[in-house]
Amino acid sequence: MIKRIAWTGLLLFSASAAAADTSASLMARYAQQAGVAVSALSPARGEAMYRTAHLGRNAQNISCASCHTANPKQAGQTRVGKRIEPLAPAANPSRFTDAAKVAKWFRRNCTDVLARECSAQEKADFIAWLNQIK
Amino acid sequence: MNYLLRGIGVLAAVGTVSLLAFSLPSGGEARGDGGADDLMPRLTHKAWQQECASCHLAYSPALLPRASWRRVMGGLDRHFGENASLDPATQADILRFLEANAADSGTSRMGNKVMQRMGANDAPLRITETRWFVRKHDEVPRATWSRKSVGSAANCAACHRQAEKGVFDEHDIRIPE
Repeated sequence: MIKRIAWTGLLLFSASAAAADTSASLMARYAQQAGVAVSALSPARGEAMYRTAHLGRNAQNISCASCHTANPKQAGQTRVGKRIEPLAPAANPSRFTDAAKVAKWFRRNCTDVLARECSAQEKADFIAWLNQIK
Repeated sequence: MNYLLRGIGVLAAVGTVSLLAFSLPSGGEARGDGGADDLMPRLTHKAWQQECASCHLAYSPALLPRASWRRVMGGLDRHFGENASLDPATQADILRFLEANAADSGTSRMGNKVMQRMGANDAPLRITETRWFVRKHDEVPRATWSRKSVGSAANCAACHRQAEKGVFDEHDIRIPE
């Protein structure tokens, strides 16, 4: 009995350890949600989404780059001057390694910049672009 | 000789007393209050620090009353023009912490000071709108706040160099050009 509990615990533990997110696995998960193959993702569309400006609050143009800067390997700044660590995994390996955090920031920032939530396809393209930045 | 001995005795006595005074915890610290005039209560709360401080300084709960914090936390999806929404569990956890340490919770001297200048039904959304804040910063010209190096009055650390540590002492202020 005790042995069985121990085994179950070990299995659960290894399952959660195996489920640790990477920028590649998160990209693959969003691609799967969108029903497209990882090979069909478009880094170019991801980059366009990052750079395209939209009319935001106070009739000002905003894009992802407004806070994250034109170069995602550089640190950005929030509206009140706090440092934002680089977005590209090449410059900041902890990016896209926490699914809940990634979901939270897509939800917030897509509604701020695009005035709507992003689709799974858009999120997958976006990470695909950032992942291939060396 | 006599004076010399007496002098040494006085010095020793003063030394002992001050050592005692500095080693004993003061009443202020026991209440979670640093004691000094411009010291925020030292508080730790994981979600508060992690979530609030991802965009701005984790402003001390002692700077606004409970009613204000309820308004702030009830409108995170349009938080001063930005979507800062949280999952419901984290949101409730942070609100509980803010309420327990709010200006009108009676847990800090800083909070008491803020409340001295607050109307009974006031629930400002911005710390910078409190009479306490306005009075404390009345010598700062309007143009200084909008300097690029400052950004806005929300950026405490632009001038209060040790703001991240909760130290707002006047001696640590350096207004950037």
